Amino acid sequence: MINLLLFPVIIPLLFAAIMLFFPKNLLMQRTIAVAGASLTFIAALFLLAKVKTDGVQAVTLGNWDAPFGITMASDLLSVLLVLSASLITLFVVFYSFQTIGVERERSYYYPAVLFLLVGVNGAFTTGDIFNLFVFFEVLLMSSYMLIVHGGEKPQLRESIKYLLVNVISSALFVAAVAFLYSVTGTLNMADLAVKIPQIEQTGILTVIAVMFLVVFGFKAAIFPLYFWLPSSYYAPPIPILALFGALLTKVGVYAIMRTYTLFFTMNTDVTHQLLAAIAILTILAGCVGALAYFDVKKIIIYNIIIAVGVILFGVSQMNEAGIDGAIFYLVHDMLIKAVLFFLVGIVAAIFGTSNLREMGGLIKTYPVLGWTFLIAAFGLAGIPPLSGFPGKLLIIQGGFEGENFWGSLVILATSLLVLLSVVRIFVYAFWGEPVKTIPLSKSAYYQMFIPSLVLVAITVFVGVGAELFMPLISGAGDVLLNPSIYIDAVLKE
Amino acid sequence: MEIIMSVAIGFLFMAAVYLMLSKSLIRIIIGTGLLSHGAHLLILTMGGLGGTAPPVVAEGVGIGDYVDPLPQALILTAIVISFAVTSFFLVLAYRAYQELGTDDMNLMRGIEDLD
Repeated sequence: MINLLLFPVIIPLLFAAIMLFFPKNLLMQRTIAVAGASLTFIAALFLLAKVKTDGVQAVTLGNWDAPFGITMASDLLSVLLVLSASLITLFVVFYSFQTIGVERERSYYYPAVLFLLVGVNGAFTTGDIFNLFVFFEVLLMSSYMLIVHGGEKPQLRESIKYLLVNVISSALFVAAVAFLYSVTGTLNMADLAVKIPQIEQTGILTVIAVMFLVVFGFKAAIFPLYFWLPSSYYAPPIPILALFGALLTKVGVYAIMRTYTLFFTMNTDVTHQLLAAIAILTILAGCVGALAYFDVKKIIIYNIIIAVGVILFGVSQMNEAGIDGAIFYLVHDMLIKAVLFFLVGIVAAIFGTSNLREMGGLIKTYPVLGWTFLIAAFGLAGIPPLSGFPGKLLIIQGGFEGENFWGSLVILATSLLVLLSVVRIFVYAFWGEPVKTIPLSKSAYYQMFIPSLVLVAITVFVGVGAELFMPLISGAGDVLLNPSIYIDAVLKE
Repeated sequence: MEIIMSVAIGFLFMAAVYLMLSKSLIRIIIGTGLLSHGAHLLILTMGGLGGTAPPVVAEGVGIGDYVDPLPQALILTAIVISFAVTSFFLVLAYRAYQELGTDDMNLMRGIEDLD
């Protein structure tokens, strides 16, 4: 037994707790936030090496054996997501120095960010469905704080709706857990995967599976349940938006991936076909939004919804190509969403508005920013050498191999719409007649631009060096496709 | 007993939905409180009612007599969380009422954000 997998949860918790003692000391806040996020990232790297060589790691807290105690389990999928989440948090902390404002920094901004990381990493690592609820609440509590942080009027107004939606989905989560417990008598995910195939009445389990889809769908923003996302994410400032866009919906996606591959496999005709149909509808709804708005933030926000649909379509195919593609696309999307929000934040800061109609001609004054944005936009749409391509290719291949070739066709067609929606930002903001801009000091600009540039370089590396990452991705896919690996590791049978 | 519990849970959910559909913010918050209470009672009921002996091995107690401790642990966690969220919601509602000057959800639409 090794406790290494608990470090990405404990380190940010410890550092955030330390930071609570002196909120006014700006230098200490920044230093400790960077130290906490980097240590988490390093711990995640060690964990990745450990999981790669030794297989799935599991810890039962208090040494109670698996079905009784609380289990934390880390397979390749969860450690990859923990790694990306920690990396993005680190970059968000760097990016926040210039953009979030001293007032916000002095009122517990960095502790909230690290507490959010605690919840996200915990949700990725936990092996117990009730504990998943607890970690969801940890990350939601920090997200409530971040979304209202600063207390501007639109923030207050939107956070009430955000809070209400999440309180309702949490109550549904508790109810769904109660039903699952009454049917199976266990809440440990590995134990559920053993017990669910033994139950003969699959009808009630299908109902519970759909109920979980609704609960996680609220978090992941799938088709009918994404209504809260665009306006809620629009309210907070850009660094918080980048953090939310990169991490929060992905936790819901991860939960759907985990539950729908590990134990809700008793009636795939109903549940996975439903998931595929919803995924396609999610993509279409996101495309409508991304093309409808003339606002840079809104366009990228709707692209979050599109990506969720693409990933879930890959998951719903339940074959190797689809699952591997979904995992690759999930990691890619976390990185690229953070980058795009960073870059859009710089553009919005330069123009002083996020309305596309009031922008123009930035390529003359900020050429490097323009080309970086174009690379990120191509990466999002999946232009071949960049990071969106391998994942999307595998997902589409999975759709053609499975029964849902029409879904793959929709994804292919909507890739063009995604490209159109982001290139529109490029055309409006960088081309055309120059308009009056807000002068940005050199140091402020570089403090915003350099983290974005490094993150773009990382996404390009992920895309170009996809062959390097494929062993990790397919290893993660193996665990999802063969739940017995996960079950054996946790229950030690 | 299970029937009574089911009716009670259903009534709590019904009342919660009714309250959450109203305009006033404070009614909505009370609705969310009722909703989480309904969910907690659901866990208690789903764990199986009727066990009376504490979950400690003792002489003369059959397997069916033990109470299931897990739902109680789950409820305890869920209650604490819903308590924290409700108190946060109340503070948020108060601040929003101060800033926005209304507690009517109809007047809280994000009109100026629309392009």
